[in-house]
Amino acid sequence: MAERTMIEALNLAMHQEMERDERVLVMGEDVGVDGGIFRVTEGLLKQFGEERVIDSPLAESAILGVGLGMAVNGLRPICEIQFSGFAYLGFHHIESHIARMRWRSQGRHAVPLVARMPYGGGVRALEHHSESREVYYGHTPGLKMVIPSGPRNARALLVSAIRDEDPVIFFEPKMVYRAFREEVPDTEETEPIGKPKVVRFGQDLTLIAYGAMLHRTLAAADRLRDEDGVAPEVIDLQTIAPLDERSIQDSVRKTGRVVIVHEAPRSFGPAGELIARIVEKSFLYLEAPVARVTGYDVHFPYLAREQAYMPDESRILAAARRTLDF
Amino acid sequence: MPRGEIHPAHRVESLSILNEDGELDRDLEPDIDDDLLRRMHRFMLLCRRFDERMLNLQRQGRIGTFGPVQGQEAAQIGAVACLDRRDWLVPSYRETCMALWRGTPMSGLLLYNAGYNEAGRIPDEQNDMPISIPVGTQMLHAVGIAYGITMRREGDAVLTCFGDGATSQGDFHEAMNFAAVFRSPVVFFCQNNQWAISVPRDKQTHAKTIAQKALAYGMRGIQVDGNDILAVYAATRDALQRARAERDPTLIECVTYRMSVHTTADDPTKYRTEEEVELWRKRDPIRRFQKYLMDKGLVSEDEIGDLDGQVQEEIAEAWSETQRLMKEYTDPLHMFEHIYGEMPPYLAEQRRELADALAARGREGGA
Repeated sequence: MAERTMIEALNLAMHQEMERDERVLVMGEDVGVDGGIFRVTEGLLKQFGEERVIDSPLAESAILGVGLGMAVNGLRPICEIQFSGFAYLGFHHIESHIARMRWRSQGRHAVPLVARMPYGGGVRALEHHSESREVYYGHTPGLKMVIPSGPRNARALLVSAIRDEDPVIFFEPKMVYRAFREEVPDTEETEPIGKPKVVRFGQDLTLIAYGAMLHRTLAAADRLRDEDGVAPEVIDLQTIAPLDERSIQDSVRKTGRVVIVHEAPRSFGPAGELIARIVEKSFLYLEAPVARVTGYDVHFPYLAREQAYMPDESRILAAARRTLDF
Repeated sequence: MPRGEIHPAHRVESLSILNEDGELDRDLEPDIDDDLLRRMHRFMLLCRRFDERMLNLQRQGRIGTFGPVQGQEAAQIGAVACLDRRDWLVPSYRETCMALWRGTPMSGLLLYNAGYNEAGRIPDEQNDMPISIPVGTQMLHAVGIAYGITMRREGDAVLTCFGDGATSQGDFHEAMNFAAVFRSPVVFFCQNNQWAISVPRDKQTHAKTIAQKALAYGMRGIQVDGNDILAVYAATRDALQRARAERDPTLIECVTYRMSVHTTADDPTKYRTEEEVELWRKRDPIRRFQKYLMDKGLVSEDEIGDLDGQVQEEIAEAWSETQRLMKEYTDPLHMFEHIYGEMPPYLAEQRRELADALAARGREGGA
């Protein structure tokens, strides 16, 4: 096994899937000669050529709209949108066509398309480069909305996404891109879409996070263990939608206390949906109100204030202690 | 109806007045008064030095990512110098020279790039829209602004800026179509700097020119040497006159070059050759204009040296001012301002929550 960053792991997934299946192609701005502005598609052009690694003109709407046509006609496009903040120029194709084509064609036309997009804050970027808008896609029937947290599940989830018969919006937490290395096997590995993963077992409190926030949550969990002597269970959501939340209900019924962390704004965010499901199905097991630590309902501030906006260890810790002390 | 040819209402023009060596085509020389010529030169030099300083500050980690403007000074100053005070400027994200010319303080630009939202407010008397980062989206706003001008029977015009990459976006075509149909006083100002990050102009569009895209919308299109400030000035002045007098929009394609990186996060050695950059270095817009000014006796080598010293001092002062303001802008709670006209109670609650979290963080001795 080799130690890889998330960028290298995603690159490995695309290399191997393109070798395995000649229908798979990559299209986006600067994905070819430049290897992607984050270098996620580095080397693909050299190995697979211009027909399968397309440096497209600058038009997000076209990348997604043309991608739909490719997917309907037997190809498996991986569309790269340079930053999730630029996807709105093509949002129409996601909402009006990509998400609906299976339904509208009554099952004749599936859209096996992956739209990869770096998202999230923490890298001192410009406006439109730091937001977390997974709910736009999680809210849309027909789409799968996936967010990995580290190199290993990024690779495995991307392979699953490429092989999926339905469209997958694949958000890549750019704060994690080069943050650390992890063992990622050369041999094939997949991860089921839709299933959260328990990454740390415990019985006193359930902490739920995904993407870059998983790591701040794990750091808070360490301190709860060391300073408070409690054993938190930590769940990596991995998929925003469609979410099979049974493992979450199991955890909640065991611990009775829950804190949910995301950097997306609070109102109508993923935590709201999770809390609703927990209350619907596990209300009588709760020992405390479910807490959420999230971004605020403001536009993601310019870089001098981004760390004040994003949930950090101390906010997660405070919420966990309030929940434990309730 | 037999097979024939259809001729669009306009032809694509081209314009060059000062050649690469700064030699003048006297028949085409625009009439610009001496003070304005000196002012144009001063701002080109200021912008070149300011850009260099910003790059330097970014490399030191003092400010964040930005898009340098080096090489495009003639295109930007040549065009913005034609605007009247009340005219509107609807920029993309690389119009540093234009912002400085219009009155945005250097400290404002520096604070913006250092990540302080407070710096985002453009002075009220300056009709400039904030920079627009999503590529090619702002031209539509220019058409709407122009609609307000014509509805109130005002005589102002709108200049909107974008690059070669933006012409691939649907919004660009929609904006030109609306502008022509609405008879909008808008000048569409394209700085074709040859590269949209790593994608060269000829992979962006199969068309011979960007200027010709105007014809499909029943508009005038002109391609000018974007490193020739006199050509840019002449073409923009004409276009603005037609916009005001006849509500006739124009597409101007300035052929120029991005001498530096796309943004400070970019590495151009991945996709273009040093030979190509060298070729364009010989076409430097500032040196060419200086030769013209010296030939006219408006400036001497010594005066250029003095001016260079002056602008560098101004830049140093602006950075001092920026650092002073950064110490003043210490309150992250500012992020809750200007979300709505009136802060909803729920947001006020979140604001208090952040204040408490920051206080707790302070007690922990963290950030």
